[in-house]
Parts: sequence; C-alpha cells; structure tokens
Amino acid sequence: MAVKVRDSAAEALAGLLFDGMTIMSGGFGLCGISENLIAAIRLAGTRDLTVISNNCGVDDFGLGLLLAQGQIRKMISSYVGENKLFEQLYLSGQLELEFNPQGTLAERIRAGGAGIPAFFTKTGVGTLVAEGKELREFDGETYVMERGLTADLSIIKAWKGDTEGNLVFRKTARNFNPMMATAGKVTVAEVEALVSVGDLDPDQIHTPGIYVDRIIQGALYEKRIERETTRPHVTEHA
Amino acid sequence: MAWTRDDMAARAARELQDGYYVNLGIGIPTLVANFIPEGISVTLQSENGMLGMGPFPFEGEADPDLINAGKQTITELPQSSYFSSADSFAMIRGGHIDLSILGGMQVSQDGDLANWMVPGKMVKGMGGAMDLVAGVRRVVVVMDHCEKSGAPKLLKRCSLPLTGARVVNLLITDLGVFELDRRGGVTVTQLAPGVTFEEVAAKTEAEISRPGS
Repeated sequence: MAVKVRDSAAEALAGLLFDGMTIMSGGFGLCGISENLIAAIRLAGTRDLTVISNNCGVDDFGLGLLLAQGQIRKMISSYVGENKLFEQLYLSGQLELEFNPQGTLAERIRAGGAGIPAFFTKTGVGTLVAEGKELREFDGETYVMERGLTADLSIIKAWKGDTEGNLVFRKTARNFNPMMATAGKVTVAEVEALVSVGDLDPDQIHTPGIYVDRIIQGALYEKRIERETTRPHVTEHA
Repeated sequence: MAWTRDDMAARAARELQDGYYVNLGIGIPTLVANFIPEGISVTLQSENGMLGMGPFPFEGEADPDLINAGKQTITELPQSSYFSSADSFAMIRGGHIDLSILGGMQVSQDGDLANWMVPGKMVKGMGGAMDLVAGVRRVVVVMDHCEKSGAPKLLKRCSLPLTGARVVNLLITDLGVFELDRRGGVTVTQLAPGVTFEEVAAKTEAEISRPGS
C-alpha cells in the first residue's frame, strides 16, 4: 500500500513542482493556510505560478511571501485588499488577476473536484464578472455559466489528520480547504497533529483520505492573526 | 442633525425580525450587531464558514482559527456551527439567508449596487458581496448619503462597476431611509432628525418621492 506520510514539507512536494504550474492554496485570509508548504514552495523557487486562493496573504506572510519573490504570475481570488504589494504589482501590469465572487470561486472548485465542468449561477449577472460568458434563462431568471476549476497541485491545511490522509478541520480554518483537497491532480496536506489510523472518529472526518496523496505534520505553526479584535474583561464599577 | 454611524446601524437593526438568519458586511453593518432590539433573536452568518457568530473575545482569548469575514477574531455560541466555503455560499445563493446588510459606494434608483472597485485606483475585490446580493432574500445597504466631496451617491445610474443589478431593497444613509422598488421608484420613508425632504432631494441625483405620492 502506498505510504502517504512524508517527513518534511520539502519531501512532500518533491517531484511535484514545475514552473508555470497551477496551485490551489487553502485558507481565508491567514486562517487555515498551509504555512509549511508555502515556505517550502518559496525555498524551491518555482516560478510563473497561477495561484487559486481566496486571498493572497499579507505583505510578509502567507502567499505574500511568494508574491514578494516574484514567483506568482497570476492570481484567481475574490479579495486581495490586505496586500499593498499586490496592488502595486497589479496596477503596474506585473501580475495578472482574475477576480471571482467568493461563492462562485468556492463552487468552481467544488465542481472541478466533483467532475462537473460547468454550472449556472445568478451571482454576477449584469456585472463585469458575466462579460463574455454564456447566459441562460431558467424559470424566468437569468444565470451565467461558470466553469469548474482544477489545479496541478492543491496545498491544504487541517487541524488533525491520520496516516491515511483523513482530515479534520477546526472552526473557521476549514473554509476553502475541503473543496481544494478534491480539485488538485495531486493534493498535499499539512496538519498540526498527525495521528494513527483509528484515532479519528470516522463519523467526524471532514475530508476522506481518498483526496489526500501526501501528508505531513507541519514543523512549525505561527498561526498569525490578521486583525486581533477583543473586548475588555468586564470590571465592576462602584 | 444627520445620523451618526451608530444611528445608522441602530436604524438598520430595526430591519431584523425574530428568527432571522442574517449576514452583516464590513464597516457600519458590523455595528448592527450592537443594536439588536430586545426580544429579537437572530443568527449571524459569517460567509467564511460559520453560523451563530458570538461577540469579540476577551483580551488574551483570541483564537487564530476563529475569525469573521472581516478577518477579526470572534467567539462561538452554544448554537454555532462551522462549514466549508462551498456550504456557506450554498446557504447564501440558495436563498436560505433572510437578510444581508452591506456597505455601498453607489446605489442607483433601479436598485443597482456598486461597492467593490474603483477602476485604476482601488483593487480589493468583491469578496462575497456579489453572491450575497444575488442570493439573499432582502438586501439593505448602509452608506453615507454623499461622498466627502459632496457628490451624490444615490444616482440615476451607477458610474462604478456593479456588484449586482436591481438587488437593493432598502437604503439607509445619514440623511434618511429609502425604499427601492427596483423598477426606478425610490420612496423616502424616514428622514433623520432636522433633515428636510428638500435637503435630501438637493443631495440626490436619483428621482425620489415622498410616501404615497
């Protein structure tokens, strides 16, 4: 039986990276991103990447690291407002950008992973997003056709995973990770806790191991918070 | 006296009904959560994959795995649930969310909304806004009535790229409340204290009318 566990991020990506490839990268903002695999892609220096990810990190963390090294040629995202370098590169023509509505992006990835080449949605009808795309009426409403998305490689972050690649996500760190796991020709997952088969409750698994080709225990997690927002502890007033 | 940001959020909160599932956008819409009327229980959806959003955490208790769509740290409630982005937008696109309250840059008298880009200047992206206005049953926009330059934002036609066409049901500005029938009709249903219809009309490019006229 094929062994999925690798010892390091670099080993998990060995033989998978090539210039001009398309990579899906899970996460929402900095929440649920593959910190260790992104760092390994940075070290590998792979270039001309098309990256499919809801956001592009911040200037000095997450996918922003690949951007700063000039490794990304094109982004397919829904929101990139947290990244000044991104805006500069885009406005000066050094970076291609395809904006997708967030729900359309999520569904394109879900469809791609499920073998559905295209679908129709109301989202974006009458806007720039629908330009050049097929429109069709169903039950008196106009819908726009969107294509399923796949990638050469998906990099996924989960909370726990077992040696068979079964994954459990934690809170809102789930986001795009489950769909992206299904839509990569090869999917590599990194987890905070790699456990033995049998340690996860089969009823509680979010992503079944069939979608995961290689898995590592992440060496280091910074888990940076983008906007720490708190309220003061309640104090009694006299 | 025009309404403050808090006044606008409090007015928007009056659109909430008991049992509603609601999505609140970034900015003034986020403040709506502070003004939920007594006796009304609503469930807040965060489009990054959560139902039942709780308040901000206490100092020192922020969890990097628990954020809202504005990337702020939040908390969970006993009734909370988590799900993927695909499930989240199935909820939104499928018409399961009762109300979406979001910010705007421009609104047209037909109910068009522009709030995601300024060509050549601001490149941030639409995030989930296009899905929300297309899929949620009732769409409320909260924005300042005019730009800082004084230029009107309630227009005959939006000049900025649209987020959605004929999608806005209700507009709340610092000057008043506007019901849109999405066929060109804009009715002023409420004015901020001390604000006159004539003042609003002078600061609005769209055709507006008084109730019943």
